[in-house]
Amino acid sequence: MELVSLFIGLTFVNNVVLSKFYAVCPLLGVSKKPKNALNMGYAVTFVIVIASIVTHILYHFVLVPLEITYLDLITFILVIASLVQFVEMFLKKTSPEIYKSMGVYLPLITTNCAVLGVALDNISANYNLIEATVAGLAVSVGFTIVIYLFATIRERLEIANVPESFKGTPIALITAGIMACALAGIAGLV
Amino acid sequence: MNKFDTFKKGLFIENPIFVLLLGLCSALAITTSLTNALGMGMAVICVLIMSNVIISLLRKIIPNEIRIPVFIVIIATLVKCVQMLMNAFTPALYESLGVFIPLIVVNCIILGRAESFASKNGVVDSLLDALGMGLGYTFAVLVISFFRELIGTGGLSLFNPFDASQVIFQVQLFGDYSVSLFTQPAGAFITLGCILAFIQCLKIRKERKAKKVEEK
Repeated sequence: MELVSLFIGLTFVNNVVLSKFYAVCPLLGVSKKPKNALNMGYAVTFVIVIASIVTHILYHFVLVPLEITYLDLITFILVIASLVQFVEMFLKKTSPEIYKSMGVYLPLITTNCAVLGVALDNISANYNLIEATVAGLAVSVGFTIVIYLFATIRERLEIANVPESFKGTPIALITAGIMACALAGIAGLV
Repeated sequence: MNKFDTFKKGLFIENPIFVLLLGLCSALAITTSLTNALGMGMAVICVLIMSNVIISLLRKIIPNEIRIPVFIVIIATLVKCVQMLMNAFTPALYESLGVFIPLIVVNCIILGRAESFASKNGVVDSLLDALGMGLGYTFAVLVISFFRELIGTGGLSLFNPFDASQVIFQVQLFGDYSVSLFTQPAGAFITLGCILAFIQCLKIRKERKAKKVEEK
């Protein structure tokens, strides 16, 4: 039951994109087409879930016993970078189309705040391995939902009559702001 | 391009946040108050200067294929140093910035400057570039936090980042009419959206003027 509330809490109530601003760059960059957004969501989900498991194990079974927790940032970022490299190679082999359509944003998953952010949050919240995995999954599901919704809204905005100075990024940011307002409405849920 | 231009371009023409749209995560998250924005700006300037200088010194040794992992490890080391220093000397700021200090590692500005500038240019140029970009970032987050704090709390305040009890200034202008939405995440998106729209508006106006001059 606690895991369920943790999941819902991180997916909707404290959605990382709209309440903590993790991963705003890909949100603005990849969200031009809903299909790309979904692919991005899948890739990020894979990376975040594996990264939160691996970083948890490394932190609690290597860094803490050896008392070198000050190396956490370097360890985590290396884990993330290699995972992203793996996803990149995998996509390049299996579906070159997706690989091409995601372009530079695929390697940029390394610098996606959500991945490192979740790993660090898991450590500071003192989650056990199962909780950390659920947290990773919840965050990435939340990210995928938001980026997909955002992409569909942006597709509609393309044909909308937006004032000239608000065209492009400004209106996208304001849309994100309104989405954040909507999510703030369920703040007391968990 | 002379030295001064290298420094100057980061401030306005290529402002990392308002024009290049890099590093938005931290810029949106920590702009709830002027003090936080100033602290974050200083942290980013420190990391950016050190990473740009180190990377430009090592640019001939680092093999091209693995340059990104090398850059990231250098940056992560520097960020960890800054994080530990801030924990020791600015505990209040460290508390309020929280996870966003370690997240400087994945701030696109730093890796972006390393990749696009420091790995191709000399030490002095890289230093100036870092200084310009860092100040541009600080300027941008200060502008965002100015509006957010003013509208969200109805006043402005600035504390000494090294000593939270030392108040530099604190004014309360319209406490009764403050819109607390602006201190919340939604307000950050809306504020930045409006600022970007304003910049775009200026740009459009400039283009129109240029066109008119041409027609004449």
